[in-house]
Amino acid sequence: MKVDAQQIAYSNVDPIIEKRKRKPPLWLKGFVLPAVVIAVWQLIAGLGFVSETVLPSPLLIVQSFISLTLSGEIFGHLKISILRALCGFLLGAGIGLTLGLIVGFSKRSEGYIDPTMQILRTIPNLAVTPLFILWFGFDELSKILLIAFASFFPIYVNTFNGIRSVDAKLFDVARVLEFSKGKQLTRLIFPASLSSILLGIRLSLGAAWLSLVVAELMGSSSGVGYMIMDARQFSQTEKVFVGIIIFGIVGKLTDSFVKILEKRLLKWRNSFDGVN
Amino acid sequence: MAVDIQIVEKSFHMETTKNIVLNGIDLRIEEGDFLTIIGPSGCGKSTLLKIMAGLDTEYKGVIDINGRIVEKPAIAQGFIFQEHRLFPWLTVEQNIAADLNLKDPAVRQKVDDMIEIVRLKGYEKAFPSEISGGMSQRVAIARALIRDPEVLLLDEPFGALDAFTRQHLQDVLIDIWQKKKITMVLVTHDIDESIYLGTDIAILRANPGELQKLVHVGLSYPRSRTDPSFQAIRQKVLKEFEKTDTESYKDGEGI
Repeated sequence: MKVDAQQIAYSNVDPIIEKRKRKPPLWLKGFVLPAVVIAVWQLIAGLGFVSETVLPSPLLIVQSFISLTLSGEIFGHLKISILRALCGFLLGAGIGLTLGLIVGFSKRSEGYIDPTMQILRTIPNLAVTPLFILWFGFDELSKILLIAFASFFPIYVNTFNGIRSVDAKLFDVARVLEFSKGKQLTRLIFPASLSSILLGIRLSLGAAWLSLVVAELMGSSSGVGYMIMDARQFSQTEKVFVGIIIFGIVGKLTDSFVKILEKRLLKWRNSFDGVN
Repeated sequence: MAVDIQIVEKSFHMETTKNIVLNGIDLRIEEGDFLTIIGPSGCGKSTLLKIMAGLDTEYKGVIDINGRIVEKPAIAQGFIFQEHRLFPWLTVEQNIAADLNLKDPAVRQKVDDMIEIVRLKGYEKAFPSEISGGMSQRVAIARALIRDPEVLLLDEPFGALDAFTRQHLQDVLIDIWQKKKITMVLVTHDIDESIYLGTDIAILRANPGELQKLVHVGLSYPRSRTDPSFQAIRQKVLKEFEKTDTESYKDGEGI
């Protein structure tokens, strides 16, 4: 028995580490739910309970995906969609960030600007769509402006809130150290509200992506949204699914990108990130 | 060259009543002196320090530092808060530099020297969340000192630290004071700390906050807490507290 105990003590196998190794890594866990859903789906579709125009089997969708990729059709649509979303986002988020900084920084501009913004904020995106079409037609401009309109508010609100929640005690420090207005902004206000701003960017990107679909569905001759509408008219349900999946994947990728950005820029922060 | 404090009255106004916090404080701190201010909670010692810093300007009276009237916070009156109040997104060296540019060789040199003085070598690139409370307070002191203040004001700077760290930092502070020959004013509620550090001790009483007595310590540095002469001063300070005890606490206030 004594020998056994020693062997355990000297062997390199640490029971705790071994136990950890056997657990699946975190990223793998995210795939469990979709895998189950797809398996069940394939099963239902394979048994022929529902028509393929209503619910095509995952296999059919994959085939459609591959053929669309090989023909290059998908990339053309994706490129124009991303370009639209990006232009709209940069425009809307840029103005939102600037205005959020100004209004957050100065009480006076808050009085003048914020009430109007709060009114505009509550207007649903879809409600202004007809107006945008009326003013700017079905061109790219109306689409980009619609996306900009949607992505403006999340970043505006979060930047404003971020600045207003900067610790007043640190402002005392800035006063004692005689920070200039510029240094107050770059060394105190901006870094302190950066986590809120990044959250705003994430939400804005989501909003941009969302309104891109609205903009493309309402009428266009290219883009992933158009591809979906076009496929619907010809009852190519599997193609509709491919479009939806692409929206999902790109949305997730952009979100992950901001999250990585967050991790790098906010590495000074050690906040709770969930129990294992 | 000295710090002149003349506070006629400082009060907080409630809805109907007026609460006098400081009343008729008249003090002169000679250049290079180390004044410790001690008193029971609510005697207005922190308020007095904030007034000296220019952080609180609503009072009757005048603060004069080397012939200049204090009207707002400034680098000349370095201030150390009870909590370290470092910028969590800046590293130790960036915190010390704060609004100064670390790429400037002169600033770089000063920061490096200061890190040496507060004994933080090896931690330049650490974030405040990665260092202890005592180290953080040393960074805060370095941040104030690098700006060459005429007077350094410390508001219970070691109050939140454990006994060992506190003693260590007291020694660090004396070291800095002797090296830099800078006037210091430190507020504390720890009698030993006030005697260990100060050339003079201002004892305040509460309700209203008034100067009870100014005690000159007159012991050479470094001091020993167990030394009879240290204990003698301790008795003297304690006696002063006894005198005011019954008065200060009569309404259960000031505790």
